[in-house]
Amino acid sequence: MTDTLTVKSQRRHLHPAALRIMHWTNAIAMILLIGSGWKIYNDEVLFGWLHFPDWITLGLYAQHGLQWHFFAMWVLMVNGLCYIAYGFYTGRFRRKMLPIWPRAVIADIKAALTFKLAHDDITHYNAVQKTLYVGVILVIVLQVITGWAIWKPVQLSALVNLFYDFQGARLAHFLGMTAIVLFLVVHVALALLVPKTIGAMITGGPKVTADPDTDREPLPSPAE
Amino acid sequence: MTVRSPSPSVFRPTNGVDRSALEENKKLIADINRRKILRGTLSLGALTMLTGCSVGDSGPIQSFLRAVSSFNDGVQEMLFRPNHLAPTYREDQVAKPPRFNAYYEIEDVKPVNGATWKLELAGLIENKKPWTAEELYKLPEQELIIRHICVEGWDYIGQWEGVNLGQFLKRIGADTSAKYVSFKCADDYTETLDMATALHPQTILATKYAHEPIRDPFGFPLRLRTATKLGFKNAKWITAMEVTNTFLPTYWTKQGFNWFAGI
Repeated sequence: MTDTLTVKSQRRHLHPAALRIMHWTNAIAMILLIGSGWKIYNDEVLFGWLHFPDWITLGLYAQHGLQWHFFAMWVLMVNGLCYIAYGFYTGRFRRKMLPIWPRAVIADIKAALTFKLAHDDITHYNAVQKTLYVGVILVIVLQVITGWAIWKPVQLSALVNLFYDFQGARLAHFLGMTAIVLFLVVHVALALLVPKTIGAMITGGPKVTADPDTDREPLPSPAE
Repeated sequence: MTVRSPSPSVFRPTNGVDRSALEENKKLIADINRRKILRGTLSLGALTMLTGCSVGDSGPIQSFLRAVSSFNDGVQEMLFRPNHLAPTYREDQVAKPPRFNAYYEIEDVKPVNGATWKLELAGLIENKKPWTAEELYKLPEQELIIRHICVEGWDYIGQWEGVNLGQFLKRIGADTSAKYVSFKCADDYTETLDMATALHPQTILATKYAHEPIRDPFGFPLRLRTATKLGFKNAKWITAMEVTNTFLPTYWTKQGFNWFAGI
């Protein structure tokens, strides 16, 4: 065994194939859920001034919106569980998302607002990115919880109580959607501004060296 | 908004239509009329389906989504806890009158004549003698103050009284090991409950709302009220009940709504 060999075996794509598949699966599920959710919302609006135009909703009538929603929810949940397990097991969450220092977040927001935030190195997330990614993951987890509360308000009546009542859970589910859509707008806009990030999420991106002490992504080959 | 006066119809009882219910629910009717535009698009969509035009929600995708919906029926049957009680509420939280819902508008409700009405029984039942309203009123009543949750997303708290369906099934000698309890209604609506839900302690055949006989728009003289299903599962103006092992397609499942519709 030589050092060179070890290093070679631990060099892998910035975004491993498994992660890329989960990212795009999540993207499709989320778009199906948002579009069908808007269809369902239109049947009984929370805010009189807000109806989603038919052409941006998914499903011919409410029942088709419901069908799409109750299909895509399984895709989102199964894929999401795989992603969370992967993120913890491989150390990707800790390596890419942590730590988040409030001072760094403030400094990066300032830099972003004055267009001075660098995007040259796509292998490292800045503090704003880390905050947004961790934030949207938590919102999606919450969205699944409020979704269950709305789907099963009697079987899971204790869960509904956390949101005051059924309409409270509906409102929380709506606000979760709003947060995800806002994230999506920023996420897609920035990806378009720095197109190599999109390429990296398709082809895997540059090869990076893994730190054998903290990284198991992928598992190092057994020592010869 | 003025209430349209009911037009003569062969479906209406000969002794005339009781308009008092419509007068009493004017505000409600106005509220429901907001949806007229939506109803219009629905019938337009139905027309395109009749002419065979594909509008995107048919064919293999629709078959797939319906298969997922059946899978979700199974998941919901597993999640259903037969003895888990739905939350109940105080009398001062009860909405009066209840909120109207049907596949048509409130002005088009065809009131049922309670004097000639009978509940017909069919299927795996020992004693199929039909029941009159008077006979049903004499049965022990159970009160439920529960939340009605509509698939559309609205809800209200209602106070219902009537005979417990599980006890009624035992009284008439129904085979409670059968799979389904199906209902037919005066307006040709059909609904099918799984037996576990039919036997749930908070499932009743309701005859009263807020201590008064249920009024015409809300299912007089007999409707189902179960605490563990979405609103549309609660058949109104029931005319016949069948205990069966054969699944009878229901009004809304034929149009693509989920069958189990548990909450």
